[in-house]
Amino acid sequence: MQISIRQLSKSYGSVAALNAIDLDIASGELLALLGPSGSGKTTLLRAIAGLEPINGGRIQFGDIDATELSVQERRVGFVFQHYALFKHMSVLDNITFGLRVRKRKYRPAREEIRRRGEELLKLVQLGGLEARYPNQLSGGQRQRVALARALAIEPRVLLLDEPFGALDAKVRKELRVWLRQLHDETGYTTVFVTHDQEEALELADRVVVMNAGSIEQVDTPEAILRRPATRFVAEFVERDAAGHYTAAHPPHPRTVHERVAHAVRVG
Amino acid sequence: MSTMATTHRPFRSATAEPLSVRWLLIGFTFAFLIVFLLLPLIVVFVQAFAGGIKAYFAALADPDSLSAIWLTLKTAAIAVLLNTLFGVAAAWLVAKFEFRGKDFLITLIDLPFSVSPVISGMVFVLIFGAQTWLGGWLIDHDIRIIFAQTGLVLATVFVTFPFVARELIPLMQAQGSDEEYAALSLGASGWQTFWLVTLPNIRWGLLYGILLCNARAMGEFGAVSVVSGKIRGASNTMPLHVEVLYQDNKMVAAFAVASLLALLALLTLGLKTFLEWRHGDELAALRGR
Amino acid sequence: MGTIAIPHLTRAPSRRRAMPGFGLTLGFTLSYLSLIVLIPLAALAFNAAGLGVGGIWKVLNTSQVINALKLSFGGALVAAAINAVFGSLIAWTFVRYDFPGKRALQAMIDLPFALPTAVAGIALTALYSVPTVPSPAQGWLGVPLEALGVKVAYTQLGVIVAMTFISLPFVVRTLEPVLEQIDRQYEEAAATLGATRWQAVSRIVFPALQPALLTGTALAFARAVGEYGSIIFIAGNLPNLTQIAPLLIAINLDQHEIGAATAIAAAMLALSFAILFAINLLQAWVRRSERKSA
Repeated sequence: MQISIRQLSKSYGSVAALNAIDLDIASGELLALLGPSGSGKTTLLRAIAGLEPINGGRIQFGDIDATELSVQERRVGFVFQHYALFKHMSVLDNITFGLRVRKRKYRPAREEIRRRGEELLKLVQLGGLEARYPNQLSGGQRQRVALARALAIEPRVLLLDEPFGALDAKVRKELRVWLRQLHDETGYTTVFVTHDQEEALELADRVVVMNAGSIEQVDTPEAILRRPATRFVAEFVERDAAGHYTAAHPPHPRTVHERVAHAVRVG
Repeated sequence: MSTMATTHRPFRSATAEPLSVRWLLIGFTFAFLIVFLLLPLIVVFVQAFAGGIKAYFAALADPDSLSAIWLTLKTAAIAVLLNTLFGVAAAWLVAKFEFRGKDFLITLIDLPFSVSPVISGMVFVLIFGAQTWLGGWLIDHDIRIIFAQTGLVLATVFVTFPFVARELIPLMQAQGSDEEYAALSLGASGWQTFWLVTLPNIRWGLLYGILLCNARAMGEFGAVSVVSGKIRGASNTMPLHVEVLYQDNKMVAAFAVASLLALLALLTLGLKTFLEWRHGDELAALRGR
Repeated sequence: MGTIAIPHLTRAPSRRRAMPGFGLTLGFTLSYLSLIVLIPLAALAFNAAGLGVGGIWKVLNTSQVINALKLSFGGALVAAAINAVFGSLIAWTFVRYDFPGKRALQAMIDLPFALPTAVAGIALTALYSVPTVPSPAQGWLGVPLEALGVKVAYTQLGVIVAMTFISLPFVVRTLEPVLEQIDRQYEEAAATLGATRWQAVSRIVFPALQPALLTGTALAFARAVGEYGSIIFIAGNLPNLTQIAPLLIAINLDQHEIGAATAIAAAMLALSFAILFAINLLQAWVRRSERKSA
């Protein structure tokens, strides 16, 4: 599903969190939203999902104007940073939740729901763990359950908020490769938020670099590295002498404006 | 802003109810609490002043009323003091040391909360009543416990037993012992550590516990009712005096004494809310038990 | 002192010995607990044992006692159920919404804890009864309710009203902190998966609240069962109809029927302790499930 965003604005009081964002996401694309904390990347992701009210602009899912659709109607697969798995439900119940809450008219039969849940579990390589509870899983397993749960509703777009943020370094690398493979297999339009330039540049087809509520550059990883459009982008994706992307912390928010935005988001 | 929303449908937050549901719930909460909780409180004052201000103060100035007020203050003071000492000791014991049976001890401390007030008073009648060997011996030696202030204090202490301990135990457990160990390592004695380090850390929680303990001590009815004998001017506390006046159909007087107790309740609620607002982070009761 | 003694350097003490006061606080706590709570309750158990099962049964097996026990426990069950529903709605409103006057309402919630029960009793009676002689505040609710055909004062309904009043804060107070700690992300996740608001609340939030709701309801029940002061005024105390069990104990004590009072008290305590035990099991379960999810 192709997504186009036009003049999307969002402010907290007098502080702008998103400044008239224009963005086109191609169908089947894997797009990264990259930026320091407070740059507006998570706000943009949540606005696409319909979790965040906006002050102006439009969001289009293919031919559908999604601007006025509720979260439920948008049918986006959202993977939360800390997964938000339902603690009191088994893995299978978590995954099939989106099918089970449908109106009876649209709800598949019970056996069909179970079959699809098990299929998804196999897809995320967790076959046989359907009866487990979230607290009995490792971090990486939880993340995959969250992904399967989002895929179960056959979403128009897959939105991932810092998908690897809560994992340790080793698992993070493995899951990154796996997510790329899964994306290529399933072909869902996917947007993920990250503050880790290495992650964005290695994984995504295109990278959106954000700063202080505005888009600095949208381009392929190579283009961003070779021809940074602004000084901010250049500094943010700086490479060290050995040719590795700097693993250092992202630059701190520098403008007053951004610091306020940061404080608002954190608070 | 030129890009002002052209949205026709208002945004529906994913975690908020429709406005109609929201207003319905707020309206219900207001209506229910005002009718169910506030109205009885208002009734107390309206009835108390039904005969005018003069009748109100005349009822309070009655010697039996004054003696009930004085007895209530004395009884509560003793009960609160004893239970505060106990609460601090029990909290120190539970929070600072590991020993077998700790969970059981905490359960036992909470025990009086699950005993009917009438039974709480009755157990002292079973021990000190005239029908027992001990009771007979006490009467022979002219020591009065039941139908006297000692019995009232015992029943009140029983009923308010857990209040201070219950507030302090979770608070001191949450605070840990690091500061105490630091003080001890710097050469402070145990008592110095308690007065200079522990007490300042728990003072608001302690005050909170004392406040609730006192409110219950002054207002207790069931437990003191069975040990008191309700001898006017001698073993009648304020709540008991309210009942006596009410049974005598002296409505203005009954509600006048009741209004003093209602004022105490309001004062307690006010102070409690203030403590929760000002020192909420230091109160165990607010952290969810 | 010529030299500074540093005992904990020369002799590594155990953790227990490093912290002073174990003997003192243990001794004081146990003696005070025994004197005030354990020995008196043991006296009750001793007296009850003296009556024997047959003796206790003889007391209990009269219609007056059975009806009183039924009213105390049945009424408390109804009151706890009412509070479970209304208390949940009120706790939800307090935690999730902001509105003018909220702080005042929140302070008011604890009124039944702070207001002496005798005061609550005569106030509720004045409010819900129908006055026989003109009286300023009497019958504010009693008169309109009677016009609707509902009698509250001096009926079993009055007993339930008083029980509900006295135990209202438990559910609200138990639910509030738990509800505050629930992360909104779970509800957002449910919404992105297509769940309606009602489905998110009933299937995601409610199960998370359930243990606390059970605890609060059980506490309310336990309090209502033993309640005395606020009930006896509004109940009217008609034998077999509106007499509660604690009142029968008080009446028997008044008439120096120590044995009968002991028997009823023992029956009530046995039931109450069973409830306390259940509450503790519940709380342990809540704590365990919280630890699991942490």
